Amino acid sequence: MNFIETLINGLSIGSTYAMIALGYTMVYGIAKMLNFAHGDVIMVGGYMLYVTLTATGNPILGLLAAVVFCMLLGITIEKVAYKPLRGASPLAVLITAIGVSYLLQSTAQIIFGSAPKMVNVASLGNVSFVGLTIPVYVLVTLVCSLVIMTALSLFVKFTRTGRAMIAVSEDKGAAQLMGINVNRIIMITFAIGSALAAFAGLFMLMKSPSLTNTLGAMPGIKAFTAAVIGGIGSIPGAMLGGILMGVVEAISLKIPLIAPYTDAIEFLILILILLVRPTGIMGKKRREKV
Amino acid sequence: MAGIYQKLKPYLNYVVIGVLTLVFAVLSLTGGLRSSDIYMLEKIAISIMLAVSLSMVVGFLGELSLGHAGFMCVGAYLGGKCSCILEPTLGEIPALIVSLLVGGAVAALFGVIIGLPALRLRGDYLAIVTLAFGEIVRSVFMNSSDESFGGSLGLETPRFDKYTLFIIALVLVLACLAVTQNLIRSKHGRAITSIRDNEIAARATGINVTKYKLIVFTVSSFFAGIAGVLYSYSNYTVQSTKFSYNYSIEILVMVVLGGMGSINGSIIAATLITFLDMKLQTILTGNLAVLQDLFYALILILIVIYNNASAFKDFREKYNLKALWAKFKKHDPAHIKDDEAKWDRVPSKIKVDEVLSVDLQTTSPYTPDKGKKGDK
Repeated sequence: MNFIETLINGLSIGSTYAMIALGYTMVYGIAKMLNFAHGDVIMVGGYMLYVTLTATGNPILGLLAAVVFCMLLGITIEKVAYKPLRGASPLAVLITAIGVSYLLQSTAQIIFGSAPKMVNVASLGNVSFVGLTIPVYVLVTLVCSLVIMTALSLFVKFTRTGRAMIAVSEDKGAAQLMGINVNRIIMITFAIGSALAAFAGLFMLMKSPSLTNTLGAMPGIKAFTAAVIGGIGSIPGAMLGGILMGVVEAISLKIPLIAPYTDAIEFLILILILLVRPTGIMGKKRREKV
Repeated sequence: MAGIYQKLKPYLNYVVIGVLTLVFAVLSLTGGLRSSDIYMLEKIAISIMLAVSLSMVVGFLGELSLGHAGFMCVGAYLGGKCSCILEPTLGEIPALIVSLLVGGAVAALFGVIIGLPALRLRGDYLAIVTLAFGEIVRSVFMNSSDESFGGSLGLETPRFDKYTLFIIALVLVLACLAVTQNLIRSKHGRAITSIRDNEIAARATGINVTKYKLIVFTVSSFFAGIAGVLYSYSNYTVQSTKFSYNYSIEILVMVVLGGMGSINGSIIAATLITFLDMKLQTILTGNLAVLQDLFYALILILIVIYNNASAFKDFREKYNLKALWAKFKKHDPAHIKDDEAKWDRVPSKIKVDEVLSVDLQTTSPYTPDKGKKGDK
């Protein structure tokens, strides 16, 4: 029973990672860049939630405000920092992204100070059935992320915009020739990714209510790792990688001997998987041509 | 005078650092330096070494490494431990030398281990692997037992005479420069930059890409390890929190601000950033300290966008430092830019400069069109 509880907990951590990893992987697939600032969008979402929650006390309103603000932030970051660098070397874009990440962190610290803020989203208890005791937030996280991820998969597969996204990630030039507005698609991708990050921020704050300006840093890196494990650019890969990371984390934290090394184990899995499959589990192998 | 300058130019950075080392050494022996200045000099030396070694990987090999602090961490802990053990039996100086070698060698070994997956991965994948490596190393040292590496409290390292450590550090910087610069300017260096510019073409030309990638990773991590050992001597305690990926990024910022593929640029940027860092730390305290990060972030974003955005291309070409400098010179033939190495140092009977230079003067005495017009 204990193991099943751990597994469910792992799935919930994993689905949070998967939500963040989706943001990384979609942006990578479409704009071919690593959005290092993605983790900090989670943190901004968290602060937006905190502000709305203290003002109105309504968590739904808080979530809505966080999602909208993060979408706008994602679009602004893309327009101001990344768009001028279209076509520049990947390294230049990556370094700008790192700069944006620092900018968000330090701005948040200037506005809200360095002391952690307590965000009590809603007091949810535990539920028990068939001998299992599971916190409600774990179930909420699992169900919400499942719904969101299914919706996203359907959106990408069946709507015009979603298919345009696939087209842009396959071949930007050809997509443009087919009449797809590439800039618009990139903008939408950033907006969706940032909205997912806002949800992930909510899930993380439900788990532990302490909010600082580095809230998104470590989960961001881990989700990024998850996206790479799954094969960056692949949406099912990001989900798989995220879940894998979460389950590994939950199990490893339960074993006292290796619990302190949980981070190291997760990163080690990344290195091992990349050694066997250099483009991740579901990543497409691209042959470079001259 | 100009002739001497031309001859000295490739070695200018050695000369400048050497002279400065001498000046500071004399100053410190006569008591002209405060201990805060000495501490800053040590920090600057460590930063230069880190930036120059990372610039080999990022600027010359063209692979992104986000785990440079990890190599430094390995060097700092193992070198520090080594000096702890050896200091009582061997004495100060031999212990320093041995621990420098041990720290560097173990870091180099890790460089090879990280270099091996680097052969299979490229670009962003390699960046995340190096980042993961740095975090693994940090996590392992952080959770070590108190007897082995001090655990979360950090490893206490022996003290070294404060007034001479920075001189040793600066001499090591010179050694690091000599190795990297000579490597880059040799035929091996050409091979390395060719891998950066086009790996497939380099492979097709018969360059052993595997070998060179491993060489660069090994040399670079060796010097990062040595910088780590110096850090352990300069700080008395080594704490794993210092070597987070933020520190790797700080080193990367130095390389990028200095200009990719420019060793001198890395040196200047490392010096400036470390200097500003320490000065700002004393000025900005408490809540203001975060302003420093804000400035860094803004400067980083603006410089990268300015240097790379296609929108600023015309502006950039018109108003860069090189164009301004060219205005001061009378005759400026078009240069072939190739990462510091000078064509005129290639021993050859042909005067390479004349062959390669393109005369850009508009009022050239020989213009064939004018002659034709005269005939008509």
